Amino acid sequence: MFRFLRRNAAGYVFLSPWLVGFVFLALGPILASLYMSFTRYDMVSPPVWDGLGNYQYMFEHDRRFWKALQVTFTFVAFSVPLRLAMALGVAMLLDKGLRTIGLYRAIFYLPSLLGASIAIALLWREMFGVDGVVNGALAMIGIEGRGWITDPDTSLYTIVILAMWQFGSPMLIFLAGLRGIPRDLYEAAEIDGTSKWRQFWRITLPMLAPVVFFNLVLQTIEAFKTFTSAFIISNGTGAPADSLLFYTVYLFNEAFKFFRMGYASALAWVLLIIIAVFTALAFATSKYWVHYENERD
Amino acid sequence: MKTNVIDRSTVADPEADLAHEIRLRQKAREKRARLLKHAFLMLLSFVMLYPLLWLFASSLKPENEIFGDLGLWPSQFQWSNYTEGWNALPVSFTVFYANSAIVTVLSVIGNLLSCSFAAYAFARLTFNGRTFFFALMMMTMMLPYHVVLIPQYVLFLNLGWVDTYLPLIVPRFLAADGFFIFLMVQFFRQIPRELDEAAMIDGCSPFKIYWAIILPLSLPAMGTAAIFSLIWVWEDFLAPLIYLNDINSYTVPLALRLFVDQEGQSAFGQMFAMSVLSLVPVLLFFVAFQKLIIRGIATSGMK
Repeated sequence: MFRFLRRNAAGYVFLSPWLVGFVFLALGPILASLYMSFTRYDMVSPPVWDGLGNYQYMFEHDRRFWKALQVTFTFVAFSVPLRLAMALGVAMLLDKGLRTIGLYRAIFYLPSLLGASIAIALLWREMFGVDGVVNGALAMIGIEGRGWITDPDTSLYTIVILAMWQFGSPMLIFLAGLRGIPRDLYEAAEIDGTSKWRQFWRITLPMLAPVVFFNLVLQTIEAFKTFTSAFIISNGTGAPADSLLFYTVYLFNEAFKFFRMGYASALAWVLLIIIAVFTALAFATSKYWVHYENERD
Repeated sequence: MKTNVIDRSTVADPEADLAHEIRLRQKAREKRARLLKHAFLMLLSFVMLYPLLWLFASSLKPENEIFGDLGLWPSQFQWSNYTEGWNALPVSFTVFYANSAIVTVLSVIGNLLSCSFAAYAFARLTFNGRTFFFALMMMTMMLPYHVVLIPQYVLFLNLGWVDTYLPLIVPRFLAADGFFIFLMVQFFRQIPRELDEAAMIDGCSPFKIYWAIILPLSLPAMGTAAIFSLIWVWEDFLAPLIYLNDINSYTVPLALRLFVDQEGQSAFGQMFAMSVLSLVPVLLFFVAFQKLIIRGIATSGMK
């Protein structure tokens, strides 16, 4: 016993803040949220056990839940590939043939740093408004604008564009990955007369697969968690016509506007499962398309 | 160089001439490609920066000039947008900035201390269950905040912490941000172990090694973590939105939102002016610590 303490004391002392945090801020809340998801709970009276009631209502009767899923999946399906394509394209432009890229890199990264702020969400709302600059620019080339945000058909895509604008951090990660590809591979391909297009598919993408994988998982999780921009641009409601009812916005409103804490917890668990399934899928399929350099098959 | 060229042209060697010609052409082609690339990247830079430039320009424009106007140069500079916006709410922005500064500074200190503690344990100390806890830590990094949000709220409500800064600050002292632990673990592992061992033989305690060897050698990692946590806490909206209800304790993002609700429809210039000011600290830190920020992302893959 004494020896056990001596061997482990220092480690656990240093780990203790994290351990306390883990128990009270992660593990405990996860279990509590699972329990609450089986109850009705309004924060005034104690939780009342309701079995699978919340989940049943969610899947069978709650139209807004399905709408929120649809909005969020559409957003993920558009914003993640567009952002990654943009990031990879620009990273490849910066990677070769230029002597100084520092300033470009900084400029392209800046929106990633600012994009999560309220200020940018407000700016976006005004830029895409009826009298906004977007319509101003369209008018110059003779296209009649519209209220991009007040129109439920287009509102979601303004947020997709906002997400695309923030391609900076995956770009930096791609750039670091591109630097790791040996130059002689391209030189050999050049001598063989391989076209640039084929070089991209045969050398760049396969060599970059681990980085693509990493970015894809990270950005997909991020996209599912999008909150601030949708909340601000839709005035906190998901309007117009629930077209901006992101899953997190719906969850927030159920919890902190209507105080349906049990139902919101069930929503949170469904989100957790969706994200876990996506991550697991990515890892499960990765062995077919991601090969690490020092790995032999 | 110059004599070399003259020499070559005077010698009548058709093969050398041809090689020279090809090299020159290739150089010219490369130069053209580079110019084209620069032109495209400059255009893209402008498109990327345009929203920010427009935001800044609009913050200085008279009210009737803001909308539908693509221009980036106000006809007259309306600095009063800033002074009037600063005091447009019942509580002055001085208070909001002070609140944000308190929350941010304490959060950064908390993050640096608690995350470096955990990282030191994971990277340098041996104890039973280390790999297990490390795996748990990595899993919490993936956990969406929304899943723990409601129970955390119930917990803090029962502790009587709602409407104080404690729910925003205390988690930072409990190493709740796995990203920073991960970043620091990566860095600590690169420090030669011989240093610890030599210090241990000299009778240094683990704390002394942490404080006198690991921390001083890890300033770049600590700097990166400090800057990122500063920017994230400064911009954080969801947690203050849930925990702060009294306008006197609002942080800057909450104040901005209140601004829109109360004044936004009539005072866009002022709203933009306050938006610009809210971004200034982030911009300043970005300009000052650009290298650390960019290296931090490339090595740890943070958002």
